[in-house]
Amino acid sequence: MTENTNNSRPITFHVTRYNPESDRKPYIKSYTVPVRAGMTVLDGLHYIKENLDPTLAWRFSCRMGVCGSCGMLLNGHPTLACNTQILHIADTDLTVGPLPNFEIIRDLVPDLMTMFEKHRSINPHIVRTDEKELNTPEGEFYQTPEQLEKFLQFTYCIKCGCCMGACPTLATDVHYLGPMPLAAAERYDNDSRDDGWRDRHQLTGSAHGAFRCHYAGECSRVCPKGVDPARAIQHLKRQLVLDYLHLARKKKPCAMLHGPGEGKLLANIPAAPAKTV
Amino acid sequence: MRETKYWTWHMTAGVVILFLLGLHMLIMHVGGVSTSFAPYSGEATSKANSLFRDSKLFFTVTYIFLLGIALYHGLYGLRTILFELTLKPVVEKSITFVLTITGLGLFVLGTWAAIATHAIALSGARG
Repeated sequence: MTENTNNSRPITFHVTRYNPESDRKPYIKSYTVPVRAGMTVLDGLHYIKENLDPTLAWRFSCRMGVCGSCGMLLNGHPTLACNTQILHIADTDLTVGPLPNFEIIRDLVPDLMTMFEKHRSINPHIVRTDEKELNTPEGEFYQTPEQLEKFLQFTYCIKCGCCMGACPTLATDVHYLGPMPLAAAERYDNDSRDDGWRDRHQLTGSAHGAFRCHYAGECSRVCPKGVDPARAIQHLKRQLVLDYLHLARKKKPCAMLHGPGEGKLLANIPAAPAKTV
Repeated sequence: MRETKYWTWHMTAGVVILFLLGLHMLIMHVGGVSTSFAPYSGEATSKANSLFRDSKLFFTVTYIFLLGIALYHGLYGLRTILFELTLKPVVEKSITFVLTITGLGLFVLGTWAAIATHAIALSGARG
C-alpha cells in the first residue's frame, strides 16, 4: 500500500487505544494515513497496522458489509468500517473508536458477549410445540409472500452492534435488552411458523424490555443494513398491550403444508443427502 | 408482564386525561356555550357556580376519577424518568414504593376534599 500514494491526501486518524493489561483507561493516538479516493476506513486501519503501528487491534472479516464484525465509532457515528469511505466522512481528521455501550477488549474491539447473551435469551429461532415435526420433518411449512413481508426486513440484521452502540437507553440501563434483541424478538413473533411468542413476551414485556425504549430512533438511523429496530420495538409494544388486553388476534402457527405440492417433494427434485449429525 | 400492565394503564390514563381536560376547558373557558355547567352569572369559577357543580354527584365522581388517573399518569412518568438514572434494583424498588405511597396519600386527601366539598355544597343547597 505504501508504494501507491499518488493523488493521496493525508488524513489524521485519531484512534482510541486501550490495552487492559497495561493501560488504566483508553487514550487517543494519532496516525497520518495517505488516503486515496475509494479507500475505506478498514483500508486505513490496515495501512496503520502494516506501516505505522502493528499493535493496533480491531475486528473484521468479510470486508463487504455482510459479517458485521467491524462495527465501530467513526466521527462519533456507529457504523461499519468496511462500508465507509474515508473521504466521505473526513477532510483532514477522522476519529475512530470502539462501539459505545460495550466493554473494550482491546483498542477497537468491543466485547459483544452481552449483546449475544441478550439475543440468545429471547429464543431467536422458530419455536414450535410439535416436536415430532421439528425433529423428523415430513413436509414444509407454507408461508405466503404477505406473511414473509411482515418480518422480512428484520432478517437483514447482521448483529454488528451499531444499533446497540447508538442507543441512549442502553447507555443508562445496562440490563435493557436493546434494539437488536428486541428486533429479533419481533422478527420471530411475526413469523407464521413460530409459536414461541408467549415466552418471548415474558422477557420483552419485562422491566428491561420494550417499554424502556424512548423512541430516540438512533438505532434505525445508524443501521448499516437499513433495518428499522425502532419500528420493531413500537410494534412489539403494541403487541404486548393488545396481548395484555386480550385483544390480540388469535395466532396459531401455520400447519404443515397446504401449499404447492401438498408437502410432498416434486418429482424432479433429487432427494436430500443423508444426515451427518 | 408487570411493565406491560403499567404501560397499558399509563397510555389509557393519558387518553382519558385528554378527554377530561377537554371537559375542564369547556367548563372553565367556554361557559357561554354551555350554561349547564355554570348557570349563574359571572365567571365559571365564581362561588355560586362552583357550589352548583360541587353539589352534583357527576362532578364529584369526575373530580375523583381525574385525580386518580392524573396521579397515576404523572407518577408513572416520574418513575420512568428516575429509572433512567442507572439505579440499583433496591433503589428502583424503593422509588416504586415511595411513589405508590405518595400517590395513594394524595389520592385519599383529594378524594376527602372532593367529598367534603360535595357535602358542603349539598348542605348549602338545602339551607
